[in-house]
Amino acid sequence: MEFTDWIADARNIVFLVIGVAIIGSAIRVVTSPNVVHAALMLVVALGGSAGLFLMLGAEFVAWTVVLVYIGAVIVLFLFGIMITRAPTGRDSVQLDHARRWPAALVALAMFVTIAWATTVSFGDALIADRVVRAEDLGAVLFSRYVIPFEVVSFVLLAALIGGIVLARQDPER
Amino acid sequence: MIVNQFLVLAALLFSIGIYGVLVRRNAVLVLLSVELMLTAVNINLVAFGAFLQDELLAGQVFALFVIAVAAAEVGIGLAIVVLIFRNRSSANIDELNLLKW
Amino acid sequence: MTSLATSLLLHAEEGAEHAVELSNGGLLAELAWLIPMVPLVLMFGVLFFGKRLPGKGWELAEFSMLFVAVYGVALFIANANTGIHYEGAIEIATVGSLVLEWGWMVDGLSIMMYTVIGVVGLAVFTYSKGYMEGDIRYTGFFANFTLFTAGMLVLVSAPNLLQLIVGWELVGVASYLLIGHYWEDHENNAAAIKAFITNKVADVGLLIGVIIIAVTVGSFRFSDVLEAIANADSGLIQVAFWAGLALFIGAMGKSAQFPFHVWLPDAMAGPTPVSSLMHAATMVTAGVYLLGRMFPLYQNELFAVDVKVIIIIVGALTLFLMGLIALVQDDIKKVLAYSTLSQLGYMTVAMGAGAYTAGLFHLFTHAFFKSLLFLAAGSVIHAVHSNNMSDMGGLRKYMPSTYWTFIIGSLALAGIFPLSGFWSKDEILASLRYDAGHGGGAVASVVLIVAIAGAFITALYMARAVYLTFFGEYKGEAHPHESPKIMTYPLIGLAVLAAVAGFSNMPGIFTGFTDWVGARIIVMGDHHAAAIDFLLAGAGLAAAAAGIAVGTRLWRRDRDTQQARDTFRIPVLYPLLERKYYIDDFYLRGIVNPTKGPIARAIDWSNTYVLDGVVNGVGAGAGLMARIVYHGIDQRGIDLAINAAAAATGQAGEQLRYTTTGRVQQYAWALFAGTILLVVGFLIFN
Repeated sequence: MEFTDWIADARNIVFLVIGVAIIGSAIRVVTSPNVVHAALMLVVALGGSAGLFLMLGAEFVAWTVVLVYIGAVIVLFLFGIMITRAPTGRDSVQLDHARRWPAALVALAMFVTIAWATTVSFGDALIADRVVRAEDLGAVLFSRYVIPFEVVSFVLLAALIGGIVLARQDPER
Repeated sequence: MIVNQFLVLAALLFSIGIYGVLVRRNAVLVLLSVELMLTAVNINLVAFGAFLQDELLAGQVFALFVIAVAAAEVGIGLAIVVLIFRNRSSANIDELNLLKW
Repeated sequence: MTSLATSLLLHAEEGAEHAVELSNGGLLAELAWLIPMVPLVLMFGVLFFGKRLPGKGWELAEFSMLFVAVYGVALFIANANTGIHYEGAIEIATVGSLVLEWGWMVDGLSIMMYTVIGVVGLAVFTYSKGYMEGDIRYTGFFANFTLFTAGMLVLVSAPNLLQLIVGWELVGVASYLLIGHYWEDHENNAAAIKAFITNKVADVGLLIGVIIIAVTVGSFRFSDVLEAIANADSGLIQVAFWAGLALFIGAMGKSAQFPFHVWLPDAMAGPTPVSSLMHAATMVTAGVYLLGRMFPLYQNELFAVDVKVIIIIVGALTLFLMGLIALVQDDIKKVLAYSTLSQLGYMTVAMGAGAYTAGLFHLFTHAFFKSLLFLAAGSVIHAVHSNNMSDMGGLRKYMPSTYWTFIIGSLALAGIFPLSGFWSKDEILASLRYDAGHGGGAVASVVLIVAIAGAFITALYMARAVYLTFFGEYKGEAHPHESPKIMTYPLIGLAVLAAVAGFSNMPGIFTGFTDWVGARIIVMGDHHAAAIDFLLAGAGLAAAAAGIAVGTRLWRRDRDTQQARDTFRIPVLYPLLERKYYIDDFYLRGIVNPTKGPIARAIDWSNTYVLDGVVNGVGAGAGLMARIVYHGIDQRGIDLAINAAAAATGQAGEQLRYTTTGRVQQYAWALFAGTILLVVGFLIFN
């Protein structure tokens, strides 16, 4: 497929905009010298991913990302940043290792490997439009996937208890 | 929309996450990078789900599971970071080598 | 409705009731949704505006209780006249075929609870104004306290199981806040958490039971569930045992039945008015109330009738074991707490014996005299600034009002004629005797004896509490004084009720209470005595009198000694009771660190004394053989090979261990680089 054909689809323009936003903010997440900025950039990246989910017709997943990630997880991160007094730019603490280039090389190699593999495998295959409503997802989640769903809830419960046990002050101290 | 555009974007996001995990010293930042990688996985899952027109919606369901597990992971991870910070007044993971031989 | 009632399989032929003509209660019942709502709304009033009001929020809380009390009494009178059954509901949401409703139930059972909660609540709230004076979280206390009562009212007014759970949890949360009221002290925090967690464990049972029932019947409404029982619904019959058991486990948590009782004595960490209300009208009565609500499920022979055996045994264990512990407590509130456990055991036993009315009647009378006893104990604590009876004594002279009301409460609790405890305890004994001859079998007979023994123990520990607190010489530090009028008036009011509440149900003479609570559409099929059983009444009374006599002998004579309770140091029993049968220890160590628990000690003991003997004997024989083998084969041949292998492994490990740096990111490097290498390798060689 030619690029001109591809870009003729208006949705792909939206995709480009969102994709650039995601990648740009993701790069800021891993390079920003300010930890709070990094966390806020993650919000942008995740918001972009929610946009992609909407494009792919996964409404419920999109809103879950907004609620759970942007609503809860990021708050958790900000708490973690505050509690651990992570450097927020003004301090001269080194946030990165010296080994930047080898790491970039590994990351690039990983990207090339994956991208090459997917391009070879899928090429120009198109995605058909389909919007999945929350109702359908709920029906399948509570019938076919009810046991994995319960297992996941147990994982969350274990994480809840584990988090409390780990982070609470030792009462004997 | 072709499926590959989503896959390549996800691969790029995943690689950026790898870079962050390898380069960042602060544990909170490493966890942030891990979140980037998980998001890339979610994009893959949902994209494949849409591509395969799966009746059971496995792609989206598992994306939801990944989100749930990621939330658990962040909770535990930050609890550990807080605990480490309390013990050593530092959240830099390269200063941690308690698991050493 | 009559056809419905006659189609029911009745357990007790002589207790068969006829569905009475019930009124719908008119406007009074239609507006009964105000009962839980007024305290719930005023709770927010106390919370947000309390500090700015002249009474610091107390007046709002007091008004809410006054409202509930007046409304409850009005309903009570209306119910006594005509018999009310009314169910109101507002639909909140529909999820598929499931309809979520917020409703209010106005029938004999809930009216009785409204009245008790309102009247006792009013007395306790009034008293609290004096007791909590000067507390730093005065307003917050009343906000929590109102929430506590409101939660209980939501629970009681619920016409469906879902709303019942909402109230159930509200009560749980509020109790957590109230028990931890003095949270500066770490122990109080721990007590609050213990109460919450213990309740939560049992709540899982409630939740499972509710889910089973709702899924089977297809509705959360009590009326639908009871109707399914009346129609002998075949689906429900299959799951009835497990549903009944699960619900009972939930009830065991809130009503603190053995072995979930551990939270209740610790809950004494809260302010005394909280203990008073918690033990009398709210919280602990919730479990008994639930059993009463779901009574046909247990009573109908097709359904969970097997659970009744479990109920009666659990109740009897609680009744007897917890009564004994009350004998060795020094903290006056703990004596009363264990007494409550024991009395809750009575209620549970009555439910297990199929005596719906008897159990609820004991709940009714117990509410009055136990709240009275707690408030009086609070008055004493207020005066001497100590919970310990070893710091009290001789207070009869200093605080006459408290003394007399405490005496009335104690006699009522002990079951002395004609105070209220006598009538309700007698009703339970009569039900047990009836049950022994009608399906309860040997279990009910044994429990009957346990219950009479329990009456003896009850009288004994109350005699001890009275003598150690009010007689003898004063042993404390502070200067005791009578409490202010705002505290003594509620005591006097409750004392009157504790004295006369029993007259509402005298078998054969006046059975008002039975009729009032029995006013319901679906007949419960329980038994209640037609006339006073003079033999049983005599036995119960004799046991109580003997308890008081023994108590007088034991503690009045030694009233001057500092360690008065030492007279009860019976070798084996005393440490057992002092440590509360090691149940708390068992929970703590059995869960936290099993290796240090009693089991380990027992195994250690058997190791030392039993196994070692055997082992030593065998060992001596084996030793001889071993020596021969050792010198010949082992040293020369095998050792060499093994040593060589070990040395090789050790050397390899010595070299390789440096790759284990403990740095997570180096592992990540290896992981990602390795992945790429694998992919590349795969591509090349494929």
